[in-house]
Amino acid sequence: MQDPTSRSDSDQGRVEVKETTCYMCACRCGIRVTLRDGEIRHIEGNPDHPLNKGAICAKGSSGIMKQYSPARLTKPLLRKQGAERGSSEFEEISWERAFELIEGRLSKIRAEDPKKFALFTGRDQMQALTGMFAKQFGTPNYAAHGGFCSVNMAAGMIYTIGGSFWEFGGPDLDRAKLFIMIGTAEDHHSNPLKIALADFKRRGGRFISINPIRTGYSAIADEWVPIKPGTDGALIMAITHELIKQGLYDRDFLIKYTNSAELVVDDPSRDDHGLFRRFEMHIEEGCFDPENKLWWDIDLDREISTHTPGVDPRLMGAFKLEDGTPVKPAFQLLKDRVEEYTPEWAAHITGIPADTIRRLAHEMGVVARDQKIELPIQWTDTWGNDHDSVIGNPVAFHAMRGLAAHSNGFQSIRALSILMTLLGTIDRPGGFRHKAPFPRPIPPCPKPPNSPEAVQPNTPLDGMPLGWPSKPDDLFVDEDGEAVRLDKAFSWEYPLSVHGLMHNVITNAWRGDPYKIDTLLLFMANMAWNSSMNTENVRKMLTDKDEDGEYKIPFLIVADAFQSETVAFADLVLPDTTYLERHDAMSMLDRPISEFDGPVDSVRIPVVPPRGDCKPFQEVLIELGSRLGLPAFVKEDGSRKFRDYPDFVVNYETSPGSGIGFLAGWRGKGGEKFLKGDPNPRQWEMYKENGCFYHYELPKSYQYMRNWNRGYLEWARAHSMIRYAEPITIHLYSEVLQRFRLAAQGKWPGRIPPQRLRKRVEENFDPLPFYSAPLEHKLVDTHTYPLNALTQRPMAMYHSWDSQNAWLRQIHTHNYLFVNPRTAEASGFGDGDWIWIESPINKVRCMARFSEAVEPGTVWTWNAIGKAAGSWGLSPKANESQKGFLLNHVISEELPPCEAGDHMSNSDPVTGQAAWFDVRVRIYPAEAGEPEVTSPQFKPQKRVPGQDPKRGKWQAFVAGAFRKKAKIQE
Amino acid sequence: MTQLALVIDLNVCVGCHACVTSCKEWNTSGWAGPMTDQRPYDADPTGVFFNRVQTYEAGVFPNTETYHFPKSCLHCEDPPCVPVCPTGASYKREDNGVVLVDYDKCIGCKYCSWACPYGVREFDEQQKVMKKCTLCIDRITDMSLPESERKPACVLACPTRARIYGDIHDPDSEVSVAIREQGGYALQPEWGTEPSNHYLPRRKTRIQIHEDELVRVDNPLKKEALPTLPAAGETLDDVAW
Repeated sequence: MQDPTSRSDSDQGRVEVKETTCYMCACRCGIRVTLRDGEIRHIEGNPDHPLNKGAICAKGSSGIMKQYSPARLTKPLLRKQGAERGSSEFEEISWERAFELIEGRLSKIRAEDPKKFALFTGRDQMQALTGMFAKQFGTPNYAAHGGFCSVNMAAGMIYTIGGSFWEFGGPDLDRAKLFIMIGTAEDHHSNPLKIALADFKRRGGRFISINPIRTGYSAIADEWVPIKPGTDGALIMAITHELIKQGLYDRDFLIKYTNSAELVVDDPSRDDHGLFRRFEMHIEEGCFDPENKLWWDIDLDREISTHTPGVDPRLMGAFKLEDGTPVKPAFQLLKDRVEEYTPEWAAHITGIPADTIRRLAHEMGVVARDQKIELPIQWTDTWGNDHDSVIGNPVAFHAMRGLAAHSNGFQSIRALSILMTLLGTIDRPGGFRHKAPFPRPIPPCPKPPNSPEAVQPNTPLDGMPLGWPSKPDDLFVDEDGEAVRLDKAFSWEYPLSVHGLMHNVITNAWRGDPYKIDTLLLFMANMAWNSSMNTENVRKMLTDKDEDGEYKIPFLIVADAFQSETVAFADLVLPDTTYLERHDAMSMLDRPISEFDGPVDSVRIPVVPPRGDCKPFQEVLIELGSRLGLPAFVKEDGSRKFRDYPDFVVNYETSPGSGIGFLAGWRGKGGEKFLKGDPNPRQWEMYKENGCFYHYELPKSYQYMRNWNRGYLEWARAHSMIRYAEPITIHLYSEVLQRFRLAAQGKWPGRIPPQRLRKRVEENFDPLPFYSAPLEHKLVDTHTYPLNALTQRPMAMYHSWDSQNAWLRQIHTHNYLFVNPRTAEASGFGDGDWIWIESPINKVRCMARFSEAVEPGTVWTWNAIGKAAGSWGLSPKANESQKGFLLNHVISEELPPCEAGDHMSNSDPVTGQAAWFDVRVRIYPAEAGEPEVTSPQFKPQKRVPGQDPKRGKWQAFVAGAFRKKAKIQE
Repeated sequence: MTQLALVIDLNVCVGCHACVTSCKEWNTSGWAGPMTDQRPYDADPTGVFFNRVQTYEAGVFPNTETYHFPKSCLHCEDPPCVPVCPTGASYKREDNGVVLVDYDKCIGCKYCSWACPYGVREFDEQQKVMKKCTLCIDRITDMSLPESERKPACVLACPTRARIYGDIHDPDSEVSVAIREQGGYALQPEWGTEPSNHYLPRRKTRIQIHEDELVRVDNPLKKEALPTLPAAGETLDDVAW
C-alpha cells in the first residue's frame, strides 16, 4: 500500500465542498458536504455554525446511506387498476398525469366543500408553506405531527411563560449550576444539548435526571431519580409545596414579573369568580392580559394598581376590596393548592422517597437563592425602571416527551413552568432562556377560525388553521358546540389543541365522525406504522370499504422520499427528494433555529441533483397552488406567480408590501435589512456565502428578561416579531383556563360546552396545576394491566425517520422489551425469552431483555426500529420485521367509552396531545413451540416501480465509484 | 518519540455513536477503506467498524449506573498484534506510534486479532484482510488540511467533545494533562501492552446543604407575616398587680 502520509484525499478524484443544513433529524445542524466525482465523500459538521459548532451525530454522518438507499422512491406511482389498496401494486406515471389527477380532484373539492381535503404532514419545520397552502385552499383540516409529539410542552409552557423548550427556548447550561432533566427529552435539540451538557459537566455543574429509565443523557447524570411514568406532576407539586413551605422562592421576581401578587376574585357564587379583578382602561387590540389589575399594598393595607412605584404587595392572605369583593393574591391560591401535595403524599404516587423529594427541593431552592449570578448588563423594564445588572438564579430544567405524552401532561408542564418561575429563572442567566421569535404574548395572537362559516367554497380559510385560543369564543365549533375540524381540534373535546390531533385523523375519517372526507394527503408521515397508535387497526381502516365497495377514505396521496409502510396504502405516490437535493427554509414564520442571543434562520441548498423523477414536496405545493388558482400563488390575471420554490421564498410576502417573508436574513433590495424588508433577488446567494444561515446577535441589553425588557419588546415590535410591546407577565395563575372552566360551570356569557363535556372541561381547565392520574389509568383495570410501557429513541435514531440506513441498522437491528429482572421473575420468564406484551386492545410478541436501569413498574423499548416486512427497501427477512417490533399496536388512539363520549381521543383533555405513555400492559411468556418471530406480522410489502434493484450481499462504499457498482440509477 | 492517542472522557460520553459512523464515512472512502458491509439490507447485517460503542449496566436497581464505552485500537506502545504477524503487514509507525495494517501484505491469518487482548481488530470478510483504526492517518498527516482539521474524524464529530487527541509523550499536551489531572487510566495494564489510548473516569458532583442554610434572615415568608390582631378585652396589664 502507498504510505498514507504521502497522499492527500483532496487529490483523489474531482473534489467539491458545499454547505447546507442537515435533516437526518429535526435538529438542523449546519453541514459541509464533500463530493468526490459527484458522489458524497464525507458529511461533517460546519464549525462556524451556531447550532452544532462543527459537531455531527451518528445520523448526520450516515446521510450518505440515506442518499443512496434502496428505499428511495424515484417515480410518481398510481395504484394499479384493479389492485387492492395496501397490496403495493403500482404503475409509474408522469408528473403531468399526477398533477392532472390531483388538480381534477382538488378543484372539485374546493368548489364544493374544501374541508373534504385534509393535509397532514409528519414533520414540522415546513409549516410556513404547508399551513399556508391549507389556508389558501380553504381547508381547516391541516396540522403537522406536533399533536402526537410534544404539544403539551409547547402549550403548557407558552400558556404560562410565553415560550417553551426546544426551538423556542431552553436551559442556559453555560451558566447554570444545577440542571434537572425530567423524562425523556433527548430527541429534541440533541446536538446542541449534548454539547452544552458536556461543557456543563466539565465545569462541575450538577446534573440530576428524573426518569423511569436510565439511558440517554441520564447515563451521565450525577444522580438518577427513578420515577413512575405519568406522575411527574405529583413530584413537581410536592417540590413546590416544600419550596413555599421553606420560603425558597424568589419573591421579588414573583411580584414584578408574574401575576403572583395580582388579586383574584374569590367568591364561588359570583360569575367572575377566579378572574382577576380588573379596572377599566384603554386596551390594545388583541391584548389578552392588559395591565389593569390590582395588588394588595402591605403598608397601606388596601388595594392598589399593580406596579405602582414603591409599593410592596402581599403574596399571601385574603382581603376584601373597597367594594366588598373578596379577593386573594394568585400566589395564595397556589399555596392553598399545594397544601395537600406533601412530599409524603407524592412519595406514594411517584415511588420517590419523601426525603429525596425534600432534598431535591432544597437543592433547587438553595442554589437558586445562594449562587446568584449578576451580569453587569444595563436594561430597562417596561415600567421604565432602569436596572444596572441582570440577575440569574442558576437552576435550569429540560423536559419534552416524557412529561408531554401523558393525558395529564399539560397540567404537569404548567406545574414545571411554575416551579421554574418560583425559582426566578425565566429568561435569566443560568435558567431558562427564550429564542426568537419568543417570548410571545400569553397566548400568542393568531387564532383558529371560530365558526363553520370560515370554510367556504373556492375561498381561503377565514383564520389560521392552527392558533392559540384565549377564551371559549375562540373555539372552532358549530352551533351545537361540536367540532368543525376532522381531528376535532379546537373543539370542547380538546380546546387548546394548538398543534392539531393528527393521531385521530385516519380513525375519524374512517368512521365519518364528524364527517367523511374525500382526499387525504400525507407528507412524510408514516401513519400506517410508527406514527399511528393502534397501528394494526389503522392499517385495516385504510383498506376498509363502504357497502358500495368504495374505500371509506376515498383517495389517499402519500408524498415521501422512501418506501415507507404508508406508501403501500397510497392511491397516488409522489416521490420527494432527500434533504441533500432540495431548497428549504427554516423560517422565522415556523420553527427557526434561533439561539438565546438572537434570531437565526437557515436554508438548504441542493448539493446533488435529485434522483430519478423526484420532486421536492415544496415544488409540488407551488405547482398545485398555481394550478388551483389559490390567491397567494397566482397573479391577478390568474397566471402563475412563482417560477419555483426558491423564487417563492425570495418574493413571497405575508401580505403585499409587508416586508415579511420566509427568510429573515439579507432582506431589502440589496440585502441591507433583516427580519423585515423588501424581497432581495440575491437572498439565496447571500445565505450560500454565509454557510446557509443568518444569525442576528441582539445587543446584550436585549438578551435577557425579554418578557419585560422594554428595549427588546420595542425592537421586536419594530421588526414585526410581536404585535404589541406590552409586558409578557407570567401566568402563574391562568385566567385563560379559568374562562373555559367558568363556561363549563355556566358562568361564561359566551359559548358553553355540550353537556357530555361539562364535567371534563370543568375538571381539567383548572387555573392552577393539579395532579390526577392519567385518564387511561382510571379507565382500564390496572390490576389486570399492572405495568406502564414506554418507548424512547436510541441516540443513533433520535427524531429520525430511516432506520433502514445501512450503517445505522447495524447499530440497532432489532429491539427488545427491557424489563427489570424482578418484574420478569414475577412473570416467569428469563433474559432473552420470547414474551407477550398485552394491553386491553392488542398484544405483541417480542423478546425480553433484562435491565436494572428501569424501575420495576415500567417496561420499555426503543421505538421505530421494528418495521413491517418488505418496507424501507429491506429484505422481508430483515431483523427489523422478524425480531423487531412496534409497541404502537398495543397503544389505543381512543379511550374506552366514558361520560365524555364513546370515541374520545386517548389524549390530554386540554391540548389533544397523544397520550402514548399512558398505556397499561401485562407481560407473560410465550408458549413453548410458538414461532420465534415477532407478532403481529404482515404480508411482506412489495418493492415499487422505480426502486433500485435488490442490493447484493456485499456493499463496499467508496465515494466516486459506488453508484455504478451498485447499479444505482441517476 | 511521538505517540499519538485518544483520551476518551467517560464522564461526558452519552453513547450517541457519532464517533462510530463519522469514522465509517471518513475511512470507507479513505486510505484504509473500504469498510465493507455484509447483507446491508438483509437479515443479520454486519460490517467493518473501526470504532464501536458498548453499553453496560452496573449495580442493582435503583443504584444502577449506565456506561457507554467507545472502543477502538488503543495503539499500544508494545502492541502484541505486531510481532505475531507472519508477513509484517501489521506494523507500528516510528514517526507517530500509530499501529497500521498494510493490506497488500496481509494474508488474513487473523493471528493479530487472536493476540489483541482488546478485540479491536476488524476482519473484512469480503477482501479477507484485517482492518483497524488508523487514527485517521490520512487526515492527521495531510498537510493540505488546515491544522484544526488534522484530527481523527471521530474527534471532530463528537458532540460532547469526549474524545481528546494528541501526543501522550508530550507532557504539556492536552491529552497528557487530562490523563495526569483527571485520573486517566489504560485498559487492562496487566497485559503489559501499554495502551496509548486512555479513559477518564466518571466524576460525580454533589451538593451539601447544611440545615442552617435552608432558612435565612431574608426569608420572604417573613414579609407575609399576618397583620397584628387588634387587642380585645382585658389584658394582664389591666388586671395584674
